[in-house]
Amino acid sequence: MSTAIHSLVMDGTETPSSRLMRRFWVSPMAGISVAVIILFALLAGGTALLSAFDHQWPCDPNFTNLEQKLSPPSAQHWLGTDNLGRDVLSRILHGASISMTVGLIAVAVSLGIGVVIGSIAGYFGGATDQVLMRSVDALLCFPTFFLILTAVALLGPSLINIVVVIGLVSWTGTARLVRGEFLTLRETEYVKGARVIGQNSWYIITRHILPNAAAPILVTAVLGVPDAILSEAGLSFLGFGVQPPQATWGNIIADGKTYLLDAWWLILFPGLAILIASLSFYLAGDALREAAESKN
Amino acid sequence: MSSFILRRLALSVALLFLISIISFFIVTLTPGSPYPWGELNPKISAEVKANFRKKFHLDRPLPEQYAYIMRDLFTGNLRSIKDERPVLSRIMERLPATLALNFTSILISLSFGTLLGVTAARYAGGWQEVSGSFVAFLFIALPGFWISYMIAIILVKGFGVPILGTQSYGIDFPNGIAALLDRIWHLLIPAVVLALGGVAAQSRYLRATMIGTLREDYIRTARAKGLTEEIVLYKHALRNSIRPIITGIGMLLPAMIGGSVIIESIFAYPGMGRLFYESVLERDYPTIVALNFVTAALILIGNLVSDLLYAAVDPRVRLE
Repeated sequence: MSTAIHSLVMDGTETPSSRLMRRFWVSPMAGISVAVIILFALLAGGTALLSAFDHQWPCDPNFTNLEQKLSPPSAQHWLGTDNLGRDVLSRILHGASISMTVGLIAVAVSLGIGVVIGSIAGYFGGATDQVLMRSVDALLCFPTFFLILTAVALLGPSLINIVVVIGLVSWTGTARLVRGEFLTLRETEYVKGARVIGQNSWYIITRHILPNAAAPILVTAVLGVPDAILSEAGLSFLGFGVQPPQATWGNIIADGKTYLLDAWWLILFPGLAILIASLSFYLAGDALREAAESKN
Repeated sequence: MSSFILRRLALSVALLFLISIISFFIVTLTPGSPYPWGELNPKISAEVKANFRKKFHLDRPLPEQYAYIMRDLFTGNLRSIKDERPVLSRIMERLPATLALNFTSILISLSFGTLLGVTAARYAGGWQEVSGSFVAFLFIALPGFWISYMIAIILVKGFGVPILGTQSYGIDFPNGIAALLDRIWHLLIPAVVLALGGVAAQSRYLRATMIGTLREDYIRTARAKGLTEEIVLYKHALRNSIRPIITGIGMLLPAMIGGSVIIESIFAYPGMGRLFYESVLERDYPTIVALNFVTAALILIGNLVSDLLYAAVDPRVRLE
């Protein structure tokens, strides 16, 4: 671990974070996936703004036109319309904002819990570590989606419940990772030195250890976003997601499944949106992981 | 070795109880009721309601309810609130189908995941590895319910092939083999969909380990002896990268049982995942708690087996 200090001194001008970014952009996947994520974010924000001022097609995702219900993709409705004649493209773009929100906030929740629990377990060790890690083991025995489904079904589906529940059940991986990093880092010379000169545990954890564990934590955070997006899509699909008429990628598919064999566009396009968004996050996360692990 | 197994079993029992407590309080502390009538329905007399509550111990305080559920679970008397049939027999009906589905799907994950992982490691740095990673992440990012519907649209609309349930109805099969093949076909599609994520995870883990193994001296020796690349990869290198495959078995189980909630519902496959989904909708507390208990037990057994396999294949691993 002295390499971190070593290279910091040797590189002179390059900080660890700028070095991480330099290595990140080397990957061909990094640029494409980040571009797609930014595109999704802009479209989500833009359409949300538009629909606030304009309640006509194509800006309002809930604008119904029963004369054109279930019409296949055409020049007017690029991705077709659903059973109420609502424009599928418009609804998918609005679904993007739900998916992005759920992905980011759920990760923030799980990251917060995971980092705190992992830090405590890894730093203090002993009985604290045993109790915390055995609880993590217990949680890992539940199939995650079982837990999410049970909690959301019983608490009632709302955006806030979904985000919190997904965050609450998905911190175990982060906790394990952070604990592992702490076990190594707390034995390093600079942490021992900090302890010797009498710095308190809070200061050592937040100023000395956490910054050195930042890269792997960042990687799990990025990889956690698509997990949350996929969980939300699955919940919406089962009818336990954000409720209609709010469009989400999962509930467009759930509504469309009634017309499975007649209106394939109701299934294909929202699914592609889920696929492309989560794939971009996975690829970006993987490129980030490569950057964090690379040595040059 | 035997003391390791004993300690692990003791720990597993403790974990199982912790899990049963968590799942019991998650279902009972949240709003909503399991009663088959509307709470304000005037046609149901107070007496009937009281009898119903008494029958399922719903009139007792929560800790006592939990004790009743656990007692009944172990004496086999736990009954579903929905149809009053014993919960264990409801689960046992579904268990064979769930095991068949998960076993097939793990088999697919391990075999194709290994192939993909070895190929990625073999061509590390090349376009094969990049596209291998891309395929792996594509599989993880594919929403299972979506790909199921796409397969359904293509197979049913394009080819008119039945895919729901465990067998085709209304067909007289000429012989047992045809009927068996029909069952295998119905098992195969959900198993493949369920296995996609597993294939990806397996290939990613194996790729990382294999790249390390391929740098070892004995691999260079094996190549220098003139062995074919296939023998070097699959006989020499894979043996020493076997650990992720075994860990994979333990890790795939929870993901797959969870994933099968959606997949089983879509394909009308009568497994435990679908039973779980139905019980959540009906707030059938005893069934939910028992199901969580049984799946957690299956997962703990899976983990124990994978630890034992570790020691069996790698003499350096000592179980203490």
